[in-house]
Amino acid sequence: MNKVQQFLALPNDSKVKTIGVALVLCLVCSIAVSTAAVALKPVQDVNKLLYKKRNILQIAGLEKPGQSVEEAFKQVEAKVVDLQTGQYVEGVDPNTFDARAASVDPKQNVVLTKEQDIASIKRRAKYATVYLVKDPQGKVEKVILPIHGYGLWSTLYGFLALQADANTVVGMGFYEHAETPGLGGEVDNPAWKAKWPGKQVFNADGQVAIRVMKGAAPDGDPKALHEVDALSGATLTSTGVDNLIHFWLGENGFGPYLQQFRTSLPGGAS
Amino acid sequence: MNSAVRNVIASPLVANNPITLQILGICSALAVTSSLKTALLMAAALTTVTAFSNASISAIRHHIPGSIRIIVQMTIIASLVIVVDQLMKAYAFDTAKQLSVFVGLIITNCIVMGRAEAYAMQNPVGMSFLDGIGNGLGYSLILIVVAVIRELSGSGSLLGYEILTLTKNGGWYVPNGLMLLPPSAFFIIGMLIWIIRTKYPEQREVHDFKIHEKHGLGNR
Repeated sequence: MNKVQQFLALPNDSKVKTIGVALVLCLVCSIAVSTAAVALKPVQDVNKLLYKKRNILQIAGLEKPGQSVEEAFKQVEAKVVDLQTGQYVEGVDPNTFDARAASVDPKQNVVLTKEQDIASIKRRAKYATVYLVKDPQGKVEKVILPIHGYGLWSTLYGFLALQADANTVVGMGFYEHAETPGLGGEVDNPAWKAKWPGKQVFNADGQVAIRVMKGAAPDGDPKALHEVDALSGATLTSTGVDNLIHFWLGENGFGPYLQQFRTSLPGGAS
Repeated sequence: MNSAVRNVIASPLVANNPITLQILGICSALAVTSSLKTALLMAAALTTVTAFSNASISAIRHHIPGSIRIIVQMTIIASLVIVVDQLMKAYAFDTAKQLSVFVGLIITNCIVMGRAEAYAMQNPVGMSFLDGIGNGLGYSLILIVVAVIRELSGSGSLLGYEILTLTKNGGWYVPNGLMLLPPSAFFIIGMLIWIIRTKYPEQREVHDFKIHEKHGLGNR
């Protein structure tokens, strides 16, 4: 009898066999799982990219029925921005630049201090990809900023779309998160996302004024311009959204860029 | 097809249905049946997982140590679920997004564990595989019936195609929003159980206790 037969002939409840079966099973299962994960990754990545593009279109209100995502995305121009200076960076391809990979690369990231890090992301990439929506004449109509930050369980990744005044919200939404379905997961609820368009993110002094808060002022109240009602039953997720919006619009996020954007664009100054 | 094979596949469809007789897998039946598309994908996923988990557990059934039996079954089921989840993310991305956590929750679906423990541990590979298919189809059948009723009455459509023209689109049908909420699946499954137990009276459960006629009031 060889070793394998010997092993199989052991009584099932012997210690050696119990541990042996567990080991072999784990090995076989892990190989199956990792093979599937690795082999299917390219197809999944294509889907994810398409999903991201569709989200950009939805959040910017550009999605038209009957138009393919690729076609609708033609009016959107991606550009890489240096967050520190707020200038566009030439020589980095926005289609291949991966801010998420860059944020963990010591050469391409900035470690945030505790006071700066209100979105609990610890570090951010030096550059970020912004998306400009242009009308047929080439005038910028909307600017779409990638935002992310920590909620309750997970990092929420999403976009904030602003009008050309770099102040009025066109839309806000997340395309990836793992908050509790039904509670924090309601950040995906269209009814909640519909509260965002028309809000103004900055006050007259140029300070970030938008807040996600319990008991926001009702429509028509002058305060309602800067207030979004928080999600009930999801205090920590709502606080997370509030924090990440503040971070990305602030001086460590897109603050410098939006400053430049407002002054340099014809018709963009407010 | 010999009668044993036919029995293994056909009996879980109605007479021995995992949802209506064994009352297993109710949670996902409530959650994913608000539209037919998600129900179909979930049904396909669960049938695949049940069939292959039954087959693989049956294949090694003589060598599973009793002390770690359940863990071995769970490991096999969990791996299969992850593979199915990965496949869906690759080839049915949008619907997989809608199913969200429920694909992962197939791991805890009582039908998969129940069939592994009750059937695959005692029966040969081929029959266990067919038993998995049969029970998966039984689950699918209920899911499809519930989803058709819910989507048709709740959104006036089937698989996203409009069947009953809604009032908001200028038609006559006012959709019943309750049918899109999970409780409606409870009502529908309850009615299905009622219908099936009327047809098969032997499925009715014997009462655990008896309510007596009221005493002493009759002669006043």
